[in-house]
Amino acid sequence: MGDWMTVTDPSLCAESKNLSQYTSETKMSPSSLYSQQVFCSSVPSSKHVHGVFSAFCTEENIEQSISYLDQELTTFGFPSLYEESKSKETKRELNIVVVLNCMNELLVLQRKNLLAQESVETQNLKLGSDMDHLQSCYTKLKEQLETSRREMIGLQERDRQLQVKNRNLLQLLRNEKDEVSLPFVAMDVLNYVGRADGKRGSWRTDKTEARNEDEMYKTLLNDYEYRQKQILMENAELKKVLQQMKKEMISLLSPQKKKPRERADDGTGAVVISDIEDDAGEPSRESGWGLSCDTVREQLTNSIRKQWRILKSHVEKLDNQVSKVHVEGLDEDVISRQDHEQETEKLELEIQQCKEMIRAQQQLLQQQLATTCDDDTTSLLRDCYLLEEKERLKEEWSLFKEQKKNFERERRSFTEAAIRLGLERKAFEEERASWLKQQFLNMTTFDPHNSENVKLLSAFSGSSDPDNLIVHSRPRQKKPHGVANGMPACTSKLTKSLPASPSTSDICQTRSCVSEHRSSINALNITPEETKPNEAGRECTNQKWSLVSRPSSREGCYSGCSSTYTKPHVERDDLP
Amino acid sequence: MNFSESFKLSGLLCKFSPDGKYLASCVQYRLVIRDGKTLQILQLYTCLDQIQHIEWSADSLFILCAMYRRGLVQVWSLEQPEWHCKIDEGSAGLVASCWSPDGRHILNTTEFHLRITVWSLCTKSVSYIKYPKACQQGITFTRDGRYLALAERRDCRDYVSIFVCSDWQLLRHFDTDTQDLTGIEWAPNGCVLAAWDTCLEYKILLYSLDGRLLSAYCAYEWSLGIKSVAWSPSSQFLAIGSYDGKVRLLNHVTWKMITEFGHPAAINNPKTVVYKEAEKISQLGLGHLSFPPPRAVTGALSTSESKCKQLCLPWEKSYEIASGPVVLQTLKPVADRANPRKGVGMLAFSSDSYFLATRNDNVPNAVWVWDIQKLKLFVVLEHLSPVRSFQWDPQQPRLAICTGGSKVYLWSPAGCVSVQVPGEGDFPVLGLCWHLSGDSLALLSKDHFCLCFLETKEGAGAACGQRDGHA
Repeated sequence: MGDWMTVTDPSLCAESKNLSQYTSETKMSPSSLYSQQVFCSSVPSSKHVHGVFSAFCTEENIEQSISYLDQELTTFGFPSLYEESKSKETKRELNIVVVLNCMNELLVLQRKNLLAQESVETQNLKLGSDMDHLQSCYTKLKEQLETSRREMIGLQERDRQLQVKNRNLLQLLRNEKDEVSLPFVAMDVLNYVGRADGKRGSWRTDKTEARNEDEMYKTLLNDYEYRQKQILMENAELKKVLQQMKKEMISLLSPQKKKPRERADDGTGAVVISDIEDDAGEPSRESGWGLSCDTVREQLTNSIRKQWRILKSHVEKLDNQVSKVHVEGLDEDVISRQDHEQETEKLELEIQQCKEMIRAQQQLLQQQLATTCDDDTTSLLRDCYLLEEKERLKEEWSLFKEQKKNFERERRSFTEAAIRLGLERKAFEEERASWLKQQFLNMTTFDPHNSENVKLLSAFSGSSDPDNLIVHSRPRQKKPHGVANGMPACTSKLTKSLPASPSTSDICQTRSCVSEHRSSINALNITPEETKPNEAGRECTNQKWSLVSRPSSREGCYSGCSSTYTKPHVERDDLP
Repeated sequence: MNFSESFKLSGLLCKFSPDGKYLASCVQYRLVIRDGKTLQILQLYTCLDQIQHIEWSADSLFILCAMYRRGLVQVWSLEQPEWHCKIDEGSAGLVASCWSPDGRHILNTTEFHLRITVWSLCTKSVSYIKYPKACQQGITFTRDGRYLALAERRDCRDYVSIFVCSDWQLLRHFDTDTQDLTGIEWAPNGCVLAAWDTCLEYKILLYSLDGRLLSAYCAYEWSLGIKSVAWSPSSQFLAIGSYDGKVRLLNHVTWKMITEFGHPAAINNPKTVVYKEAEKISQLGLGHLSFPPPRAVTGALSTSESKCKQLCLPWEKSYEIASGPVVLQTLKPVADRANPRKGVGMLAFSSDSYFLATRNDNVPNAVWVWDIQKLKLFVVLEHLSPVRSFQWDPQQPRLAICTGGSKVYLWSPAGCVSVQVPGEGDFPVLGLCWHLSGDSLALLSKDHFCLCFLETKEGAGAACGQRDGHA
């Protein structure tokens, strides 16, 4: 811009100003439009200027033209074209010198103007190019401005973000600080204590991490090893069992070797033998079975399977044989079954007895315990009871002895009577024989009255002999349950020893009553009065038993169960 | 059998120390430490508020008392009575507090299960574990105390994290294929982790310590699933009680089911002994015949009378053996309520793994005892009131049961017995707690506790000079 300023010529500026002044004034002139045209066109070509000049001044208007020029020139500061006259009336005279001077002056001016115009034009061009350059510069700068502005905005944004981040971090830091500071406020310890293991704490590093991993895997490994060991042990045990089983099977089946050999027609027999022989040799080979697990296992299972097949077929054969035998020997089987049933019945009886015994014992033990648990008074009481019982037992004992003696005596008399009876019977038999002989001899002479007599006699003898009657009734009588072995004999003796029995039929009734009720010893209560002293002790014990059995039946079913469960088994084993 | 006098207690907070030397009990805001045998008071600590939870450290040197309402944990030392430690969780709140197995760290769970804070008693360090899951059993330590498994929930998925307890370093982290993980538990050998799903779906997953999925088991679908889970002490069996009233046993080799134990109300097998609690207890009188327990039981349960309290205890014959097919009392569960009272809700293996005791919640009065060797039902004990809890003797197969009545019931393979807790007034036994040695048993009621001594005859004679009831 500064360059441009220096280029301008101050005189030119003044000139242009003058021109504009001039033009403005010409507008005010009467033929302003015309003159303007002249002025405008006068510059581009000099030829036209001539033509215009000619048009401007004609013959007629010289005077006016001169005056106009004069006027114009004077206004531009030129001296007047006219000569100065003294009087106003006289006509003014044109001064040629002045005109010429003016013309010269005008020409010089013209030349000057042309030069100025030229310089102005070049100036103009220069300025135009300058202008272009500047405009391009301007656009470029504008773009630059735009980009830089954008950059600035970006930077501002980043700045803002960073600031936000910073603020956040600060906040976090503050929070962390708060958190960190909070616990220290919260924990209040008199003094820190040592670690349980007595060591110092260690920093967490990669090393510790690795060590932790190591330890973890170590524990896992240990666990797996332990489990593997257990499984191996279990396996070994099972193998042992299998081996044992195999051996036993072989030993069991080897006596059968010969049989199939004899039965040469049996095709499988030969195979069986060879298998057995094979397997018999195996154990020595398999001493190291722990080494080759799979093959040994296969061998073992195969051999066991074989053995099993043999055993199975053998058992089947045995089954067949048994069924044959069963069909053949049915009678023997029946007999044995009867025996068996009898045996079981007997055993059951024994069990029941034993149970009663145990119950009684338990009861007694319990009573004893109960009394021991109590105070001294109870023990005293118990002592009293014991004494009383002892007395009673003594009495019973003496009674029993007496009874026994009576029995002995009666038995003796009875045997004597029996002997006598036998003798009598012999005599009678003889008599009858002789009588029969006689009768036979007298066959021809039949006497009905006589025979009636004989019948009556025989009937009488039957009724008078109770032994016969009892013998007849015995098969009808069932053996009462729960009665000791000696009891039936005892009752028969008793009835025999009763001379004053009301009638034989009565006795029969009581006997059937006994058998029907199956009430063991209790039924003896109905025996006639004479037996009372004999039965007193028995009845007493009987009552006691029932007394005992009542609570024990109730209590035996709870916690004491273990003893009741096991004891009978043990005791039954002891019995024959 | 001996009974101590009863002492005051609140919140059923009474625990033997792991070494069995001490017995801690709480009365409101006081913590009383007694000798485990003589019950002499050794220490008395006063906390800042009513104690809601106590726990002994594994080495029995420290005891923590949690006051959840205040968000406070106070720790006391038995070696140095003047030592104290107070942890305040402040506004974060506190819902659970427990020891780490080393007895030197305390794990506090904040409210809403936002995090677990691991406080150290040795150093100033504090660790946080985020996203713990609020579920039935979300924290489990291995028995050797080396690893912690934690159930986590983040982004609506279940995860399990395994930490090394020595430095709380994360060892493994894996997601579990569960809808809503409900519980996790380590096998006693510490190598297998069982994780089970919500009761809406029968699903149990078994993970190795290194995070591998070993097996998944599902017994049935479209019905309420798992209710309780228990490992056998030998780690051989995993017993799973479910809402269908069955217990399924998984084996540790193939993780497949070995057998299932149904809990029908009718017991027809004559080989199964059914003990029924008798309706009434006959009064001790002159004509009363007290029947002694079978000899085997006498041996196992050491019957001796208490002279400490000058009380003569008769052996109550409160169990009867039911004969023939038995029908147990059943409860009809309300079908339209959550957590229906049905299915096997309680499970426990005996310390020798030979027996499994179960309770079917719709037969609440009965305890089933299963023989694990024969995989058969062994005994059923039916009581007059619902069984509250049962616990096995840590030393031998002996089960203690309480029903909220004033009796304690004991079962062993030799037989069973029930004993009335002596003393003026009722002593409703709500909880049980065995001593490590199995010699004594703490019986807890709402506001009292007493000890029941089951020592061997020699021991009993030395301790109190009691008279043996059935010499």
